[in-house]
Amino acid sequence: MSNTGNPYQDDRGNKDRSITNSGGGTMTLPGTSGRATPAPGGPFLAAEMMTGGYGPVDILHDCTLTVEKGEIAVIVGPNGAGKSTAMKAVFGMLNLRGGHVKLDGEDITLLSPQDRVAKGMGFVPQVNNVFPSMSVEENLEMGAFLRRDDFRATMEQVYDLFPILKDKRRQAAGELSGGQRQQVAVGRALMTQPKLLMLDEPTAGVSPIVMDELFDRIIEVARTGISILMVEQNARQALEIADKGYVLVQGANRYTDTGEALLANPEVRRTFLGG
Amino acid sequence: MDLLNAIVALLNFVVIPATAYGAQLALGALGVTLIYGILRFSNFAHGDTMALGTGFVILFTWWLQSMGLSFGPLPTAFLALPLGIALTAAVVLLTDRSVYRFYRKQKAAPVILVIVSMGVMFVMNGVTRFVIGVDEIRFADGAKFLINANDFKAATGLAEGLAFKASQAQTIVTAVAVVALLFWFLNKTRTGKSMRAYSDNEDLALLSGISPERVVAVTWIIASGLAVIAGTLYGLDKSFKAFNYFQLLLPIFASAIVGGLGSPLGAIAGGFLIAFSEVGFTYAWKKVATYVLPESLAPDGLAQLLSTDYKFAVSFAILIVVLLFKPTGLFKGKSV
Repeated sequence: MSNTGNPYQDDRGNKDRSITNSGGGTMTLPGTSGRATPAPGGPFLAAEMMTGGYGPVDILHDCTLTVEKGEIAVIVGPNGAGKSTAMKAVFGMLNLRGGHVKLDGEDITLLSPQDRVAKGMGFVPQVNNVFPSMSVEENLEMGAFLRRDDFRATMEQVYDLFPILKDKRRQAAGELSGGQRQQVAVGRALMTQPKLLMLDEPTAGVSPIVMDELFDRIIEVARTGISILMVEQNARQALEIADKGYVLVQGANRYTDTGEALLANPEVRRTFLGG
Repeated sequence: MDLLNAIVALLNFVVIPATAYGAQLALGALGVTLIYGILRFSNFAHGDTMALGTGFVILFTWWLQSMGLSFGPLPTAFLALPLGIALTAAVVLLTDRSVYRFYRKQKAAPVILVIVSMGVMFVMNGVTRFVIGVDEIRFADGAKFLINANDFKAATGLAEGLAFKASQAQTIVTAVAVVALLFWFLNKTRTGKSMRAYSDNEDLALLSGISPERVVAVTWIIASGLAVIAGTLYGLDKSFKAFNYFQLLLPIFASAIVGGLGSPLGAIAGGFLIAFSEVGFTYAWKKVATYVLPESLAPDGLAQLLSTDYKFAVSFAILIVVLLFKPTGLFKGKSV
């Protein structure tokens, strides 16, 4: 799996898992983080003019995403438009060559993802977003790992939001259905009491009924004052609940408007929503 | 009466020794499986960590004995054990700092870490021989027997004696206590849970604010502790010889893999399975068979399936059979 050019990462085709345990982390380790600087004014989250990618080739080109407090912003667009990449850029998982990310009056462009969590960002990855061998309750506890105060009240809130999780609190998260697992993942992210919750395709691979329910829960979360930034494949349904929609094409903003207006826009309908 | 004699002989020559040996293997395999689960490679230096740690314990034992200290009926080594664990953990953490951490920072492929651990193994191998020498050392003191064979014969009137060595009892009791403590730690404490989380999903653990360096350090400390305890118990039960500890690596790995790599419960089950098979295959069954079977069927030979020289072959035969039919090991560890 070596295409990085780093000889240490070349396993020379070793597939023997009796001596190696694949599935290690892909993220950079903490300690490489910069510092946050005050940057008052502007929207609650302002990720502006982001340019960058994973390697030498840029995927994002001057991409801008903003979210106000308690708002739901949805990123839609065709496959390969850089939707997930844009979200990862906001979360600090790729290096930006240009642009900046500001959250709640602070410039956090140089912070590592871990430090952004401490600053109030919650991130729910699209896949591998639970601890499969740990119980639902332990998953939530791990979400609150950074908190030193009593987090039982937050856990109760999560259980109120997702009652099924309370019934399954002792069950291993890996044994749950896809929809329930997504609920665990969202619940885990909520345990840090984030100010901004970022969801990467939360409804991928769940049934339409479960999808509707998840969207309802997301609206409930937004009502508590948490801003939501979400990437969605199910563009139509997502835009219906969105305060703000971003249509990305080839890593750049194509249309930006309220969810309602985008749904009404004949060109957006024709090109991205299938008529 | 014959049946009772057979049971006593079986207990004396198979069940008790294999249980003690199994407990020692299980403690070693737990360390291997923890490193595998969290640092994601098979640590070939584990056997020599056991040897080095036991060497330290022996040195501390001699030092305590020279000051006239003893632990009553228990071996003095038990007093020296905390000191030995602390020193070994320090050496291992220093090794992690100076060697493994570099490769972690590089996000090196796990197979490279396997080779690195082999290098560490050779260095530790040499250091152990410098520190304690190559000779066989017996360092057990205190009471020798819980049940003496002659006393047992006199008390029961049976032809067969039952010996229960103090070291075997100590091994079993210590292993149970250590395993209970380890499972409590992994399942109930914040640090233990963060270790399981890190093993489950490294990226998500980072996103939750779990510090990888801390998890790794705690893992090394626990693995060193398990290695030194296992090594000391083995040394008390049999004897200490650096080369034997290096060889112990083989059944320990077999135990961890048979049980399911990454599964602590599997490591324990694997340890006992391997131990009982090794002892069972290399025991001369003639005595037990003579008691149980009618005279006409009594075996002429020793009824020993394999010479004790081949005991390691038994571990590997089991390893292969288990991997063929249940690649994840008995307790659903990582698929191999």
